[in-house]
Amino acid sequence: MKHKTFFWFFLPTASAMLLFIALPIFSIVIQSLFTPHDAVIIVTENCDPFGCKQETTIDQEATRDLRKSEPLGKFVGLEIYKDRGHLAVNEVKEIWIESNNFTEFKKNIGNLPFYRAMAFTLTFTFTVTPLMLVFGFIIALAVNSLHHNLKGLTIFFSLLPMIVSPLIGSLVLFWMIDSRGIIGEALQYVFEDPDLSLKASTGLTWVMLIVYGVWHAAPFSFVVFYAGLQTLPMDTIESAKIDGASRLQQVWYVVIPHLMPLITFVALMQLMDNFRVFEPIVGFSAEAHAQSLSWFIFNDLGGETRLLSSAATSSVLTIIGVSILLFPVLIRTWRDFNEKSAK
Amino acid sequence: MIKNIMRLVVASAIAVFAAPIFADGHGCKISARVSIVGNEFPAIHAVADGAKVCKGSEVKANLTADHQKINVAGMSGNPAEYTSAIIANSSIVALMNNDVIRPLDDLVAKHGKGLKKNQLITINGKVMAIAFMANAQHLVYRSDILEKAGISAPKTYEEMLAGAKIIKDKGLMDYPLGGAYKAGWNLAQEFTNMYIGHGGEFFKSGSAEVSINNAKGVATLEMLKALSAYMNPDFLTHDSNATSAEWKAGNVAMMNMWGSRMGPLMDPEQSTPTVVKTTTLGDPMTVGGGSTPATTLWWDGWTVAKNISDAEAEATFKAMMNGINPKRLDDKMMPLAVWLIEGFKPGPANVGVAAAARMNAIPYPMLPYQGLLHSALGSEIVDFMQGKEDAATALADVEAAYTAAAKEKGFLN
Repeated sequence: MKHKTFFWFFLPTASAMLLFIALPIFSIVIQSLFTPHDAVIIVTENCDPFGCKQETTIDQEATRDLRKSEPLGKFVGLEIYKDRGHLAVNEVKEIWIESNNFTEFKKNIGNLPFYRAMAFTLTFTFTVTPLMLVFGFIIALAVNSLHHNLKGLTIFFSLLPMIVSPLIGSLVLFWMIDSRGIIGEALQYVFEDPDLSLKASTGLTWVMLIVYGVWHAAPFSFVVFYAGLQTLPMDTIESAKIDGASRLQQVWYVVIPHLMPLITFVALMQLMDNFRVFEPIVGFSAEAHAQSLSWFIFNDLGGETRLLSSAATSSVLTIIGVSILLFPVLIRTWRDFNEKSAK
Repeated sequence: MIKNIMRLVVASAIAVFAAPIFADGHGCKISARVSIVGNEFPAIHAVADGAKVCKGSEVKANLTADHQKINVAGMSGNPAEYTSAIIANSSIVALMNNDVIRPLDDLVAKHGKGLKKNQLITINGKVMAIAFMANAQHLVYRSDILEKAGISAPKTYEEMLAGAKIIKDKGLMDYPLGGAYKAGWNLAQEFTNMYIGHGGEFFKSGSAEVSINNAKGVATLEMLKALSAYMNPDFLTHDSNATSAEWKAGNVAMMNMWGSRMGPLMDPEQSTPTVVKTTTLGDPMTVGGGSTPATTLWWDGWTVAKNISDAEAEATFKAMMNGINPKRLDDKMMPLAVWLIEGFKPGPANVGVAAAARMNAIPYPMLPYQGLLHSALGSEIVDFMQGKEDAATALADVEAAYTAAAKEKGFLN
């Protein structure tokens, strides 16, 4: 393609990316470096239905002037990144010095919100992603070998978990696994433990979230792999059969290599999605046991506290986290691309 | 000073017989747009419906449980999307901190006939909100279960614990206690109640420096945990709605619950017959030998946005005044809340809140940084409730989390 053609072809995409991706990212990076001004606090007499008393409030006049002169707030550099709510640099140092062994270090680190969230997020990402790939692949193979009259209906039902909105799906399951719900009661009966509660145990909550994550995401990999299976080179399969390859060998040596680019694609998307795990935590009310960076952002933005700088910082950290996760996959894609163009 | 509410209750009873002094609701005419944002429960709906009666211009209401996530943003623009936010004593702080509501003194003088002095929320000498209802958490119990267990209604949390043990030991119920202990806002609210009951102070006097890591804080946590042992094991996921559902299903014998939730518990259409018949309201309990009840007093009220034209502000004030017009207090609206409006007659569902006021319960603090502490409590004491760490560590975590947030917000250096 000529450079000029390429430029005009790419311009709409480039401007959209600049407007909707680059600018917002630039904006949150800036916001994460500033905090609100120091509050000018005064003691005033406040009255409500229960009487009057002396209370501390913010001096609006004085604060307004400060805000007007420097609307961005107070520049703090990387302070928010280093505070306890995020990377907790000083706290980690202290824990490192005070801990006698690695187990203790790990336990104390788990007390800091960022690292606790990371522990869950990474466990979630690295269990859900491979499991959903495997399940999606198995479903795709199974559906592909069905009689064609049955395919349409089966595909529709297999896609249902993805069609249900994540928040609704997790809420439905939330009530089913309640200790008075159908699954909760069934488990109590099976394990003969009337006090068994999936929601009260951190381990079981994680398992539940992971099972939900796989249930919700498997249809996505299924539908992509199923599409890929339609392009299988039949002559290669036939020659493999003639060479005496078993069904398993055909899958391993022909089907999987053929689908590899798709597997990379799905893995990439899922690593990204799972790192941002959010809806199931809200839907399952699991914040007591499992948190993620996205949940922190939600928590900071809502409610009475509105920690905007903190939310911006968590957003930047999410972007950095996703980049680190995707790095190996991206490198692989780049190498494949170069190999292909070299041929 | 807190006798005000009792005086109000008496005055209201008298006012019923001398009602028609106030503005006629049907005569409410406005000339500019009104847009309300607020929480979603029946009493708030009743107020918003009253505002919507006004003729002459459009009155919109967005009532949602997520109101706190949108009210500041929706009032920050110029002109503001919402001309009025319905808030409570904790959530007005965010609006004050962000400077999005206007003083109402001139509007009160012009259109505020019939407002009582204790409805005017005054901050630094300026009226910033008009309160219309009061709320508090208090004891509610099942008289039949307590009778079977041979115990009387608890006056203290210690008695509640002892009673729960008897009910459980006699095999009457597996989880006799209930409570909104959901991790986050609800759990932090229970800590706040219990800490106040122990006579604790949240901050070093006159500063934003937190001071809860002390013997009272530890006693508070130990009591919360002792109570939770008698609750449904899923208690960390139960908010007021889920706890009410457990109550209506007849699974709970005693709990500390919001006065504004009592109506539905005693409503034959929503609850099981035995539960409806035996649900009994009690006074708020004390704890640790203290005399201050372990609960907080709350008011709900409305504000007027700052970034709107004076015409819109006036229309909003008039419409909201119509929402709390004493004439609208009919049989349907009356039992929805402990109204601060003239003409309110307390019913059987309201005696708990009245008792909280009578016992000199402390109002939830209106401090600019109380919300930050509430938020830190909600996430950091969870580990303790699960038995993963001791009370002192949990409290140290709360203090550290609060300090980081308060530094970011500019309350601490």
